[in-house]
Amino acid sequence: MKYNYYPGCSLERNASAYHDSTMAVAKPLGIEFQEVNDCNCCGAVEFMAIDKMQAYALIARNLSLAEQQMSNGENLVAPCSACFLNLSKCDAYLSASPALADKVNKALAAGGMHYTPGQVHTRHLLDVAVNDVGYDAIAKKVSKPLYGLRVAPYYGCLIVRPGFLDKFDDPEYPTSLDKLMRTLGATVVDFPMKAHCCGGHMTQISEPVALYMIHQLLKNAADYEADVITTICPMCQLNLDAYQHNVNKAYGTHYNIPILYFTQLMGLAFGLSAKKLGFGKEFISAAPALIKIGVKPPKKPKKKRPSKQELPMPVMPEEE
Amino acid sequence: MTIDTLDIAASPMPATVPKRSFLQEVIEDTPGSDPRFEMCIQCGTCGGSCPSGPDMEYSPRRIFAMIKADMREEVLKSNTFWYCVSCYYCMARCPQQVHITDLMYTLKRKAVREGYCRKSTASDAPDFSEFFADAVLKYGRSFELGLATRYHLRHHPLGAIKMATGMGLEMMRKGRMDLTPRRIKNVDQLQAILSKAEEIARQEREQGGVA
Ligand code: SF4
Ligand code: SF4
Repeated sequence: MKYNYYPGCSLERNASAYHDSTMAVAKPLGIEFQEVNDCNCCGAVEFMAIDKMQAYALIARNLSLAEQQMSNGENLVAPCSACFLNLSKCDAYLSASPALADKVNKALAAGGMHYTPGQVHTRHLLDVAVNDVGYDAIAKKVSKPLYGLRVAPYYGCLIVRPGFLDKFDDPEYPTSLDKLMRTLGATVVDFPMKAHCCGGHMTQISEPVALYMIHQLLKNAADYEADVITTICPMCQLNLDAYQHNVNKAYGTHYNIPILYFTQLMGLAFGLSAKKLGFGKEFISAAPALIKIGVKPPKKPKKKRPSKQELPMPVMPEEE
Repeated sequence: MTIDTLDIAASPMPATVPKRSFLQEVIEDTPGSDPRFEMCIQCGTCGGSCPSGPDMEYSPRRIFAMIKADMREEVLKSNTFWYCVSCYYCMARCPQQVHITDLMYTLKRKAVREGYCRKSTASDAPDFSEFFADAVLKYGRSFELGLATRYHLRHHPLGAIKMATGMGLEMMRKGRMDLTPRRIKNVDQLQAILSKAEEIARQEREQGGVA
């Protein structure tokens, strides 16, 4: 099966573990990914707050690039929930409003581009895995079942809500990821907050508000004695993983729950090595969970003193 | 201008044409097909579903009532839409299929354009969106480190130090953050598209009068 692939900004760096594990499981799943050539940022949840026409043109450039790669089929796969939402929403709105599509195409024309609404079919990676590949085919590839691993399946918001193109799962109580984890042999714990929000960019706007939301999720998973939380979105991963320490400080808790991409767990069940699946990049170490299922954790890189060059000295966009 | 000097006859807007209501204004400035803003029946489902509800000055339900009451300034000055995390719970649950999340974005844009965002209690938030957009305009990609540094230096200098020595450093050690921005190949093409988009939006505002 051939698919166009839109990694988005997160998967290139912050969520490289998601990208690496996606690429690693593609072969056993029988998927061939072709990256959208020279794609740009989808605008996340920020651009729409600044300029709607630019926001849509920004997204439409990606759709247009994918349209030029139709030899790989009409499906455009986005592993990030925010990218998935933006691409599918833009396409749905362009289809619903010819006037908007006309204006966006006028903007695209300034770069010699065009997009025909509805041509590209944006899909989330989870949707493709469970519906195109299917649970049965996935089950056949499982060589090292995740027996005994207690997994809380975390969907977050944008993959199930509001469903601009396809409603492939329930917006309030989705189950596809639960079923996938069971297919891998894991024990799926009840996780009532599985479709609640991770706070998105709230960590930057108001940390206390964000920490409250993250705390609720961690508490919920801990209450059901989850060994790991599995996620399908880089933003959810970052918030629950990198801010877990801050939650513990703010709430006097001792959570230590690794937040792993569903593709990483799939890869483990397929018998792929932890290193190939991007393990070791998480803030909360996955090592205890790996040991529990008999997988050797990747070696820790030796800690060297950070040199001057390694200190964060960003190249800043000049202030206008 | 006082009432005395107001020349009604010369006014560009004849007295017979009713002023566009705030409701009409936000409907026109919201993309997609019909956002159904006038369909709100004040049931409160949105506010009850909103994870940021308790931190908002006015719940989404109240915002709809205030828009209908033409309370333009109060709405645009509020922190409500800046606390929206775009989770779409409200939209999924609204019995009237009102495009609530889209309204939040429309209000953000208006508040930025008209400077109301500086008067809101969430006055840091617009910078985050703006700095993010700046990097995308320049490189075609987002740039986390540049964004975080620029934003924190402006708003929470202490946070910037914490960021640079704590989480930021850890992100870099783990290879999860770039020191320099990544640029797409065809930045020129993207910039041409985006400046045309801006021009179209400006023209639309001038012609349609959507502020
Ligand atoms: S849920 Fe819908 S109908 Fe109910 S108050 Fe909110 S916007 Fe209005
Ligand atoms: S989309 Fe925004 S307004 Fe709606 S429930 Fe989520 S945070 Fe609240």
